[in-house]
Amino acid sequence: MAKLTFIGGIHPNDGKNLSKRKPIEDILPKGEMVYPLSQHIGAPAKAIVAKGDRVLAGQMIAEAGGFVSVPIFASVSGTVKCIEPRRVVTGDMIMSIVVENDCLYEEVEMAPKAPLEELSREDIIGIIRDSGIVGMGGAGFPTHVKLSPKDPEKIDYVIANCAECEPYLTSDYRRMVEEPEKVVAGLKILLRLFPNAVGILAVEDNKEDCIDTFRSMTQGDPQITVKALKTKYPQGGERQLIYACTGRKINSTMLPADVGCVVNNVDTIVAVYRAVMEGHPLFERIVTVTGDAVVNPQNFRVRIGMSYQEILEAAGGFRIQPEKIICGGPMMGFGMFEMNVPTTKTSTALLALTVDEVAAMKPGPCIRCGRCVEVCPGRVVPSLLADCAEHFDEEGFLQHNGMECCECGCCSYICPAKRPLTQEIKSMRKIQLAKRKK
Amino acid sequence: MSELLHISSNPHIRSTSSTNSIMMTVVLALMPAAGFGIYNFGPRAGLVILVCIASAVLTEFLFGLCRKRFTIDDLSAVVTGLLLALNLPATIPLWMAALGSVFAILVVKMLFGGLGQNFMNPALAARCFLLISFPTAMTNFVCDGYTGATPLAALKAGEQVNILDMVIGNISGTIGETSMIAILIGACILLLTGVIDLRIPASYILSFAVFVTIFGGHGIDIAYLSAQLAGGGLMLGAFFMATDYVTRPITKKGQYVFGIFLGIMTGIFRLFGPGAEGVSYAIIIGNLLVPLIEKVTMPTAFGYEKGGRHER
Repeated sequence: MAKLTFIGGIHPNDGKNLSKRKPIEDILPKGEMVYPLSQHIGAPAKAIVAKGDRVLAGQMIAEAGGFVSVPIFASVSGTVKCIEPRRVVTGDMIMSIVVENDCLYEEVEMAPKAPLEELSREDIIGIIRDSGIVGMGGAGFPTHVKLSPKDPEKIDYVIANCAECEPYLTSDYRRMVEEPEKVVAGLKILLRLFPNAVGILAVEDNKEDCIDTFRSMTQGDPQITVKALKTKYPQGGERQLIYACTGRKINSTMLPADVGCVVNNVDTIVAVYRAVMEGHPLFERIVTVTGDAVVNPQNFRVRIGMSYQEILEAAGGFRIQPEKIICGGPMMGFGMFEMNVPTTKTSTALLALTVDEVAAMKPGPCIRCGRCVEVCPGRVVPSLLADCAEHFDEEGFLQHNGMECCECGCCSYICPAKRPLTQEIKSMRKIQLAKRKK
Repeated sequence: MSELLHISSNPHIRSTSSTNSIMMTVVLALMPAAGFGIYNFGPRAGLVILVCIASAVLTEFLFGLCRKRFTIDDLSAVVTGLLLALNLPATIPLWMAALGSVFAILVVKMLFGGLGQNFMNPALAARCFLLISFPTAMTNFVCDGYTGATPLAALKAGEQVNILDMVIGNISGTIGETSMIAILIGACILLLTGVIDLRIPASYILSFAVFVTIFGGHGIDIAYLSAQLAGGGLMLGAFFMATDYVTRPITKKGQYVFGIFLGIMTGIFRLFGPGAEGVSYAIIIGNLLVPLIEKVTMPTAFGYEKGGRHER
């Protein structure tokens, strides 16, 4: 069978060998826990605890602040120290609940609401919402909103995004190796919501073992198919993934549901499984700590809210002083300037690089080699858009489909002149998006 | 933490290929053609090559000195000088060769804004400049062993030519254009390293072949067609000149259009023009049409119907 893929994309050094064979290790936080009230797209959650309250792991400490919002749960037991603005990875100050960890890790009683067979569609979506589940691949869009399209009958495909195309990241991979049954069962729960849908497990072909496992687990199951995708960044991008799996195309103005698709990340699907089957709300996730500056690159099951500093220490700290620390992968992650910031529901990785190759490169003039056009999955002309952005030519930017850029970073990666193409386009897009909101 | 961390916007990694490495690859890929030229035309050909490269680099250096902006480290001046030399006859007076390089770098490239801003291929523009200014010196292909007309001119005059010699390159012509084999070895280097792709060369050569077959008056005559393909600057032009990044369309569809246009123009010049050659002029004219070609071949953004775009 021909490999499923999309047009464009790049093949960066994937760096996954550093941590892909390291089993997921549980770590328990020792220090204070910080829960930013805004860890997702949409309205911030509203705190429902006050200073001095004792909380338990799994206890709701903030409720959803609207339809597009989710609650937040404590991940340790302890006392609420204060509710104040705290620094988060992006550098913003976000109102956060700070909990003094008592290191007892007492949990609230967790039990499934009812056997799966007795749950209606509304029940399942309600559980997902009340468990605080958001897209855990990085975007942080509330999952219950994604699962509530206008017309559930019109959904043909529920796609489990198992691509993990971002270099260095292995958290999804370990999840699939260690708990494949939860991924499949989670996907089956989602399929209950969409009567006419087929489930697709979309895995990049560099994870051959996962493809084999999933194939043998779903053999003879008419509801679920496993699709092997060509290994290429950004194969796990929503638009690219939908196209590779179904041949359907969406642009920036459309939602996956417009073409009958719902896409969820592996970790999100496992969170759904745990919420529905075990009554376990979202307060843990898998984080990869990796990079050539880290002593023991590995994968951790962390309690959301613990600081990056603690996770780093669990991985043995730095071997060499890194030049750059990134929250997330090298293509989409944020550069961090401080380690003492909390992990959130969307923290996929901590990547520490001894050499910052970008800083060493001097941008030169565009030689019009066309490589950015070649790799752009959005089928736009990045060099032209960057020119428009540089000269603040808003009209030209919009006319040449600047808003179709998905900010994947392929153009910046490939550019031989080392122009910051993605960065230029991104800043212009931000301005345009802000204008649209007005 | 003792040292400050680097902060920048994502992505945080870059590919290893750079402007400099691309130019270096092109220079390497031109080595077989240059080497064969020296073997074929003697050490004087090597001298022309050196003079062209040196004067190209020096011109860019001096221009940079005036503007306090040094750009010679990207090696693009070396490529321009080398390409120009390969497009000159070995017998050309050295001052003419140097003048050509100065014209290419100063007038065509630097005055329009330097690397990436020139709208014509500098080497070809300089060749055409020399061709118009010094027609005799530029077509003086007398070289020991080979006399007078190039095979292409002989072909146009209706004479028989030795195709094997044309493929190997034992013929008269400019320094770098005679050996089809040497050029194709270089082209393979460029293709395998991903510096160029086949879109332009293939559409150029194919459309030229079709044009010659239809209008050449020889019908489907393999010998005539091979002579047309192997002769003159077609191979050098198709793989090294037409594929010049700066002066070819950046859009994929546009590259096919560009290639086909060049094929037809070369055919017209060769068959119906006064001279036997046509590649240089065809590419130069093609260069001028690039902005137009790009405009009409802008790709359709992912997820839109053909021609559709964001209306907001």
